[in-house]
Amino acid sequence: MSKRSVIPFGPQHPVLPEPIHLDLVMEDEKVVEAIPSIGFIHRGLEKLVDKKDFNEMVYVAERICGICSLGHGLGYSEAVEHVMDIEVPSRAKYIRTILSEMSRIHSHILWLGLLADGFGFESLYMESWRLREQVLDMFEEATGGRVIFSIMKIGGIRKDISNEMLADFQKRFDKMEEELKDIAKTFLDDVAVQSRLRDVGFLTKQQAEDLGCCGPFLRASGVKRDIRSTGYEAYGELDFEPCYSEIGDSYARTEVRIKEIFQAFDLIRQAIAKIPAGEIDVPVKGFPNGEYLTRIEQPRGEAVYFVKANGSKFIDRMRVRTPTFANLAGLTETLKGCDLADVPMLVLTIDPCISCTER
Amino acid sequence: MAIINFNKTVLHNLISKPATRLYPFEERVYPERTRGHVENDMDVCVLCGLCSIKCPTHAITVDKAAKTWSIRPMSCIQCRCCVDNCPKKCLSMAQKFQEPGPEKVTKTFHQTEKAIAAQEALMKAAKERAAAAAAAKAAAAGTATPAAPVQKPTE
Ligand code: SF4
Ligand code: SF4
Repeated sequence: MSKRSVIPFGPQHPVLPEPIHLDLVMEDEKVVEAIPSIGFIHRGLEKLVDKKDFNEMVYVAERICGICSLGHGLGYSEAVEHVMDIEVPSRAKYIRTILSEMSRIHSHILWLGLLADGFGFESLYMESWRLREQVLDMFEEATGGRVIFSIMKIGGIRKDISNEMLADFQKRFDKMEEELKDIAKTFLDDVAVQSRLRDVGFLTKQQAEDLGCCGPFLRASGVKRDIRSTGYEAYGELDFEPCYSEIGDSYARTEVRIKEIFQAFDLIRQAIAKIPAGEIDVPVKGFPNGEYLTRIEQPRGEAVYFVKANGSKFIDRMRVRTPTFANLAGLTETLKGCDLADVPMLVLTIDPCISCTER
Repeated sequence: MAIINFNKTVLHNLISKPATRLYPFEERVYPERTRGHVENDMDVCVLCGLCSIKCPTHAITVDKAAKTWSIRPMSCIQCRCCVDNCPKKCLSMAQKFQEPGPEKVTKTFHQTEKAIAAQEALMKAAKERAAAAAAAKAAAAGTATPAAPVQKPTE
């Protein structure tokens, strides 16, 4: 047996915008074991339920993450709505769905850009982010914010998106879809890209299930599990089949995410065609009492929201389990046996979001 | 081949104009809904204090005695709660973002003469209405009932 050594990776590392630390136990150039440690940016957002009432808490939930901000607001609102037995009007559900898919598109394109940056393909990175910018502009037109949207509220949404605006978005998405096809081709067919992604970081179906992975990371290993198929919000009324791949390497993860972007375009098209007219919110009376656990599919995977209320203005306990937290166990498994040079790429392929993990 | 495929995009980007704005020379046109910063029309504000109660970050302070309305822009999270809840609709969300600065400031605005006069006129009218209503009630009930207590002005 050759000599073992430990190489620290992170918390500051060029591919990581956020701090996570990995102790890589190496044997020559191969990783034998990876020991993650987190906790560098804990903000204690969950504890703020003591200070902010249950309506104001939506703003705090949104600030858990900058990329999935919409999803966090949505998940929290859904949990409280279930506790209070509020039925959200149909139009609000459709708009929530459309916005969720828009955030999926921008999150996945952001990830594609980071991936390209990770393997040093700068022009592909810039091109991806140029496309993503258009989604952010649409978000700003619809909600007034580019990162923090403040459009969710308990009982519906704050602002309606008119049908004209939706039709305009549809046109822009159609154009974007065309442009994205070129980029997707480069990601999936380019020789240089393939040499970095193919046959590294395998995770088998069994391992992915056992380690409780979620999101595109899980689906790339052949498990067809997508929380959207439980039909929350308007997903139940849309035609939708989870994207997945049987291979389970980095390439499969890229492929699944690219397929999901195109699927999101399709879901938006369906939702815009079906959206009913009507109210966008219902008045909220009284205070929540009871507990509820809800799951939604964030761009990065399944996020769990737990709310326990005691009938007063302030909620007793709010708990968020984010997708990256679930995927960290899978990450340590994929790192076993890979080359040191591949570690940054493999860390990227779970689409890590450490800020939300630590909240 | 795939490399050639992306070369097309690169060449296209090389000859087309930049995707970014030449910032200091070209200012951004914000969409209508952009939440930049909160503005208050002090000609209309009646200092009711509802905005400060509704603000999740307690960024607004209303001082009724000094007749001032102040906001700490660094605390404001641009959530639009105050704007949506203002009964006089004097608050608005301006599209332009707050200018950067070297220190945290508190912006204080005084209620204008116009607003004070309007508010006093309203109060007076409300008082008169209440007195008239009380007198009418007393007259209707006859002399048997003692004078009805003066109702609180509703404004
Ligand atoms: S809610 Fe409107 S009227 Fe009342 S104090 Fe605030 S800005 Fe003035
Ligand atoms: S926009 Fe929100 S945070 Fe800012 S002052 Fe108004 S209520 Fe407070």
